[in-house]
Amino acid sequence: MSRTRLAVGLVLLAAAVLFPALVTLPYPRDVLIRIFLFATLAQAWNILAGYCGQISLGHAIFFGTGAYAAGMFVAKDIASPWVAMVVGAVIAVALSQVIGAPVFRLRGHYFAIATIAVGEIVHILAVNWELIGAARGLYIPIKRPDSLVNFQFHQSKAVYYYIVLGLLLLGLGVTRLIERSRLGYYFRAVREEQDAAASLGVAVARTKRMAFAISAALTAMCGTFYAQYVLFIDPESVLPLSLSILICLVAVLGGVGTLWGPLIGAAVLIPLGEATRIYVGGTGKALDLVIYGALIMVVSVAQPAGLVGIARRLRRAA
Amino acid sequence: MSLLEVAGLTKHFGGVVANREVSFSVAPGELVGVIGPNGAGKSTLFDLITGFQRPDAGVVRLDGHDVTRRRPDEISRRGVARTFQKLRPFAGMTALENVMVGAFQKTADVAEAREVARRALASVGLGERADAHAQGLSTGQRKRLELARALATSPRLLLLDEVTGGVDQATIPGLVRLVRELHAGGLALVVIEHNMRVIMEISQRIVALQLGQVIADAPPAEIVRDRRVIDAYLGESWR
Amino acid sequence: MTLELVLQGVVGGLLMGLVYALIAAGLSLIFGLMEIVNFAHGEFLMLAMFASFWAWALWRLDPLVSLPLTALLLGVLGWATYHGVVRFILDAPMLAQIFATFGLAVFLRSGAQALWGADFHLVKDPLVQGRVTVAGVFIGLPQLVASAGALVAFGLLYWFITRTETGLALQATAQDRQAASLMGIDTQWMFALGWAIGGACVGVAGGLLATFFYVFPDVGASFALLAYVAVALGGFGNVPATLAGGVVVGLVEVLGGLLFDPSLKLIGVFALYLLVVLWRPQGLFGRF
Repeated sequence: MSRTRLAVGLVLLAAAVLFPALVTLPYPRDVLIRIFLFATLAQAWNILAGYCGQISLGHAIFFGTGAYAAGMFVAKDIASPWVAMVVGAVIAVALSQVIGAPVFRLRGHYFAIATIAVGEIVHILAVNWELIGAARGLYIPIKRPDSLVNFQFHQSKAVYYYIVLGLLLLGLGVTRLIERSRLGYYFRAVREEQDAAASLGVAVARTKRMAFAISAALTAMCGTFYAQYVLFIDPESVLPLSLSILICLVAVLGGVGTLWGPLIGAAVLIPLGEATRIYVGGTGKALDLVIYGALIMVVSVAQPAGLVGIARRLRRAA
Repeated sequence: MSLLEVAGLTKHFGGVVANREVSFSVAPGELVGVIGPNGAGKSTLFDLITGFQRPDAGVVRLDGHDVTRRRPDEISRRGVARTFQKLRPFAGMTALENVMVGAFQKTADVAEAREVARRALASVGLGERADAHAQGLSTGQRKRLELARALATSPRLLLLDEVTGGVDQATIPGLVRLVRELHAGGLALVVIEHNMRVIMEISQRIVALQLGQVIADAPPAEIVRDRRVIDAYLGESWR
Repeated sequence: MTLELVLQGVVGGLLMGLVYALIAAGLSLIFGLMEIVNFAHGEFLMLAMFASFWAWALWRLDPLVSLPLTALLLGVLGWATYHGVVRFILDAPMLAQIFATFGLAVFLRSGAQALWGADFHLVKDPLVQGRVTVAGVFIGLPQLVASAGALVAFGLLYWFITRTETGLALQATAQDRQAASLMGIDTQWMFALGWAIGGACVGVAGGLLATFFYVFPDVGASFALLAYVAVALGGFGNVPATLAGGVVVGLVEVLGGLLFDPSLKLIGVFALYLLVVLWRPQGLFGRF
């Protein structure tokens, strides 16, 4: 990494860390929390889809797994939400392996549609599963006083900010590690030419499952965070197809297969959503999605490498 | 013991018989050529040996072990590498990165893989193009790239599928020299070729296929005199 | 669970299945031509339904009367989608192909919501109303007419692909793009035509559905998913087989609802998709 890049990165990191201390208004902080959350979700999806080339359109199931793990553990007083985060991640990994085994045999569009089918099945099952609250959802009981152990902070939400920032840094770190390791090369080889990769000794199915596991675990951790942050979850908020799509959109806009794409995508889309909502008065007019949709079309047609790709091209032209 | 042994390999695709009772063997360090008209089942044979297709009958043995039902990556790790007729470079990666994927079979260390890859690229004459994007290479360069990639896995047996196909005349002698060097280094090779001059020059033995069956298995000097091979493929002018 | 109920379900499933088949036919045709899945197909249907609804709301035109108009409108939309978007991603990586039409889907669906709100609309007092009773089974007349219409449209499509010169050219392009162009067939034109016909099919289906189905921005989503399954069952690219595919989906949907819980009926359909693509990727009537 060049000196300037490193410097810029450190400055950004310092700014991010200092932000809650400098800006005490809750609204900007909440927007940043949403940006970091979606950036991490998109980063997790990016590992599977961007680097390994497996386009999953049902990723919300892992988010929901993490969220419901937290919900159940706290609502039924089983253990601390942190334990739930680990358990949720483990269940998500297990789920990914069970689904991956048959579904990774499919290629291209068949695979993508299969992930939609799985996502919808899980969604419908959750809506009908009494144990987790079915369609009514789950309220996570409020625990006072604020404590890290209970993963709940009501006095100052700043701690939530740092936790999700930590998740984002985790996501970026894991991606960076993968990029520079043998696994990363194998991911990309499987993405480009599965058969040629196999002929070189790459265990294709296992590589895909590995990507799926890492992606699922990170996504589930975000789900647990969300549950503790919002304190209410239901199938509509943590499992719908629209959430799966939104995660993809963030990554695709920013640039799949790149380290910074997901963060850039989130940094653009989330504020855009906020701006349109303010502008149109919050009547659910979905104007932000209209813009998202148009952006995605343009990106897919003109520059599949997303905003990162555009930035690279501009830099080369300059 | 032979390095590779195929016995009774048979494969149908619907009503078409791609390979019928194909049997031959390759000794360590031997260079065997495979010839035959289009549709004779040559590429299918490679697919069967390397695990991309499962035969309906017959066995494939490596060092005496039955590997018929093994996956392609398992076969690769037993020392068998191959190139494809339709080139498949990893797009979006540089030539060096392409070859590193092969090198990673023997080491998990990135720096070491990079070194092995550089050497492999140099050995095929692509040393200066290491950082070029795979898509930007010419057909001849891509052929070399695929070769380097396969070589980076340190194979004992290399299956080459039409290495001179689609390459201009000037580049062929270089490729032939390369194959010769590899053979001289102890590598066993099975080479599918349509270029008769090349195959006659380099092969120690030639297996001729027609309509999925082996019609001759002999050194080049005898093959050119074999009546069946002449009728099926070579034509009279080769005598 | 009585025999009556089952029979009622089977008939209902069969009738809806024919409509699914028509929707799926367009999808299959497009895929057969250029190996691209139109992830905006459900939104096309939704727009067709809205077009029918607005024709009724503004000009008192019954959906059945405005059907040709709806079909034409969607045909133009299909054509425009090809020339405006799909043309550029024909040889693009899979990701770009998937998200180009996905982006369009999001754009159209949210656009509809932004323009017309999220409310449910219904054509009240349609031309065809009421129901008949056949052998103890209640059949809604709008549903019957819709199914009959879908069957007729499907038949027309089949006739077109197999008996007209243009249709045969379409088939040729689907089977071997290069050979077809070497024979003098303008493949660009064929692709655009494929999209136009696919749009028109969905236009007809939408118009027929508008006679009795609620119209709202998200309505396309569930139909689209069912259409994917129907196409997979028939075999991607095998247009005639989508008739069987659609009917099977309709039946499985209804039976799933009867055997288990109505809210679980879609699970049966999705499970069916997974079973089919894993066990027999080329569909029940495989072409390749």
